[in-house]
Amino acid sequence: MEAEQIEIAEFLGRYPPFSFLPEKTLHRVASSVEITYFRQGADVYRFGDEIHDLCFIRSGSIEIYRRNGNLYNRLSVGDVFGQLGLLMKNRIRLPSRALEDSLIYFIPEAVFNELCDNFEEFAYYVEIDDKRKMNKAVQQQREESALSSVKVSSLIVRQPVMISMDASIRQAALKMTNESVSSLLIVDEEAPLEDNGVCRNTLVGILTDRDLRTRVVSQGIDLDQSVANVMTHSPKTLDKDTYVFEAMLTMLRFNLHHLPVVDHGEPLGVIAISDIVRYESKNSLFIVGLIHRQHSTEELVAVSKDVQSCFVRMVHQESNAHMIGSAMSVIGRSFKQRLLELAEEKLGPPPVPYCFLALGSMARDEQLLITDQDNALILSNEYDAAKHSAYFEALSEFVSEGLDKCGYPLCTGRIMATNPRWRKTITEWRECFADWIDHPNPDALLHSSVFFDLEGVYGKTEWAEDLYRFVVNRAKNSPKFLASLARNALLRTPPLGFFKEFVMEQDGEHRRTINLKRRGTAPLADLIRVHALAVGSTSRNSIDRLDDVIKAGILPDKRGQELKYAMEYLAMVRIRHQVEDVEESREPDNNIEPDTLSDIERRNLKEAFNVLNNSQRFLKYRYPFS
Amino acid sequence: MARVVDSFSWHEYLRQQAKDSQHPLLKDFFVSQDFPEDLSLDQTEFVALDFETTGLDPENDEIVSIGLVPFTMQRIKVAKAKHWIVRPKCQLTDDSIVIHGITHSEILNAPLISEVLEKVIQELSGKVVVVHYRYIESEFLNSVVVKELGEEMWFPMVDTMQIEAQQHRCGWRSKLKRLFGGKLPSIRLVDSRLRYGLPRYHMHSAMTDAIATAELLQAQVRHRFPETTPVSELWQ
Repeated sequence: MEAEQIEIAEFLGRYPPFSFLPEKTLHRVASSVEITYFRQGADVYRFGDEIHDLCFIRSGSIEIYRRNGNLYNRLSVGDVFGQLGLLMKNRIRLPSRALEDSLIYFIPEAVFNELCDNFEEFAYYVEIDDKRKMNKAVQQQREESALSSVKVSSLIVRQPVMISMDASIRQAALKMTNESVSSLLIVDEEAPLEDNGVCRNTLVGILTDRDLRTRVVSQGIDLDQSVANVMTHSPKTLDKDTYVFEAMLTMLRFNLHHLPVVDHGEPLGVIAISDIVRYESKNSLFIVGLIHRQHSTEELVAVSKDVQSCFVRMVHQESNAHMIGSAMSVIGRSFKQRLLELAEEKLGPPPVPYCFLALGSMARDEQLLITDQDNALILSNEYDAAKHSAYFEALSEFVSEGLDKCGYPLCTGRIMATNPRWRKTITEWRECFADWIDHPNPDALLHSSVFFDLEGVYGKTEWAEDLYRFVVNRAKNSPKFLASLARNALLRTPPLGFFKEFVMEQDGEHRRTINLKRRGTAPLADLIRVHALAVGSTSRNSIDRLDDVIKAGILPDKRGQELKYAMEYLAMVRIRHQVEDVEESREPDNNIEPDTLSDIERRNLKEAFNVLNNSQRFLKYRYPFS
Repeated sequence: MARVVDSFSWHEYLRQQAKDSQHPLLKDFFVSQDFPEDLSLDQTEFVALDFETTGLDPENDEIVSIGLVPFTMQRIKVAKAKHWIVRPKCQLTDDSIVIHGITHSEILNAPLISEVLEKVIQELSGKVVVVHYRYIESEFLNSVVVKELGEEMWFPMVDTMQIEAQQHRCGWRSKLKRLFGGKLPSIRLVDSRLRYGLPRYHMHSAMTDAIATAELLQAQVRHRFPETTPVSELWQ
């Protein structure tokens, strides 16, 4: 006797599109299903698989992906999927995977077609790409706060810097300086256990920069005293399995800026509040951790594929442009750092110390998706070209090539460490900057403005800081240099016509578009840099620079805030445009089409360009070129 | 009667039964049960079987409904599921009516077990039978076969309850827990399913329970065994 599937029919009938069906039809559908149990993480369909059933989720949940691996939708009990494949020549376009253990009802194609033919509402439901369902998935993604699902141990990027409790304050301060850390863990070294020879370090205290100021220097304490006298005893610690979210709460609650992370009392590392702020995204966190664990360029290339989806997720989590720019820059820096470690493994330790520099947007913490590599090397003054140049050439080649493969294309202007011109000793760099500043020539400066955003990412990073302080000190006292830099900052104008209408690119592939980088964020960054150097700011990030500039009081009232807003807005439009590109599987770029914007968006965009326009006029007036 | 002992081989037993059986229906059935010894789970054709009965004693109680559904590790073929309501020879008590949700009129119009037995055995033919708590299905089926065909019918089944029991009731942990008066997890069909994230079904017919058992085995295998495991390792 044919079985009547009341249980299945009753359940299907609760959800659209089956709720549109008469009971008799529903029972026939129920009697036609096939059922499969999928374990969490199992593929239901891969890209290109044949599909001959409509899928209904009876229990569990399923994630649908785009071909490029980005999440497209997240479905749960009562949802259907696979209709697109059935309507598109029986091929899977959007692969699906079980997010948790799931039970799927498969409704055969023949039944599906019959339902589409006979029931209009059914057909309508399965044929529209349901935006409403999409939004639900995106919404869920936003609600999952990254901070609540990542453990603090993943924030640790270096071994803890520790010193014995027997050490003096002076020794402790020296160690902090040499290791360039702002906090030091004080440990009690126990004798090695029997035969394994491994010392067990028990954390007894912590000493921070602030402690050195408030408890040592200002109190006039003798530096040969034991560090134990001035450290914070038995500091608050975090277990390695604590969630970042809890760590953040602990820091806020106890007003702590550094927290040691321990595993059974033994220190694993220290996290600073800035680590948490900077790494606010689960994905950027995760990727940074991953980058530092890869062992070859090929493995790094594999990781680099996730950078785009990380970017997309951050935008969906409603991070602001500043956060996204910082996260992408941290990721870029991590690639450089890991590649340099790998290069040193391959080539051996460097013959003389060096510092690898990031230039441009990465140094400004403003990196987005498409960005070429701008880098350079500071070499020790002991550098001897005859003996050492081969090593640093090979090192730079290795890194540049690796970065290129990881999605950071070679710099067309050849501003890279592979170019012997941009491998200089400390003294040569100072001479070079001194020359640019003392004998400014707008044409020569045009190609070197990128050097005025520099940051050490690996090796003797303190050299980069020294060099930048040197640059700033010299620049702020050179009106001629500032004027030349200002003149260059006026070369790229906002795309506004005489009547404040948009002026678009007239020819080429990007006709009727506006390049938001070239016409927006880049000239803004240029003009902010001029002001920053003028007031002696050593910040590199445009927003931080603006804060310094506002504090110095050189801008007309409110102009600073307007500039901040314009920078954030233009960057955000650029970011959202790139996310759209990624989601539509296009190569991301900076070219937006004003015609596709809403009235409000167009108005805001004009407003932002207008701020740039006015600020450029002010720049001309403030730094006159004679 | 042959029951599971250590040196016992189901394969040998089934081959012997194929030779010894007199009734052609049973002979065919045992021949069809002669699976390759290394038949793996992912290659096996299964059929999940469930009986609803008037009680627990195969001598005095009777089957009132039979549900079965053929399946593989890939798909449970609901379209090929079968369900029979069977008219017992004795009067149904009101209690069992409530339990099974089968009405008097359905039962009055239903065939006797003797009329459907052949069809049921044919549906089981060539497939590995899967049940939840093998005592009911194997004892009642044997009892009916003895009464109707005059021969015994014992054959290996996969018992999803036994698989759960091995997971949750064996081993030192469980023993220790029991020693200290701890409560062991339930291995009833409903509770076992919940552990695998399978939904709670509201109907309790032989049909629904057969599908529920098939789903449970898919889940158990996906969680516990590689799909290349020989099916004979799960035989009871």
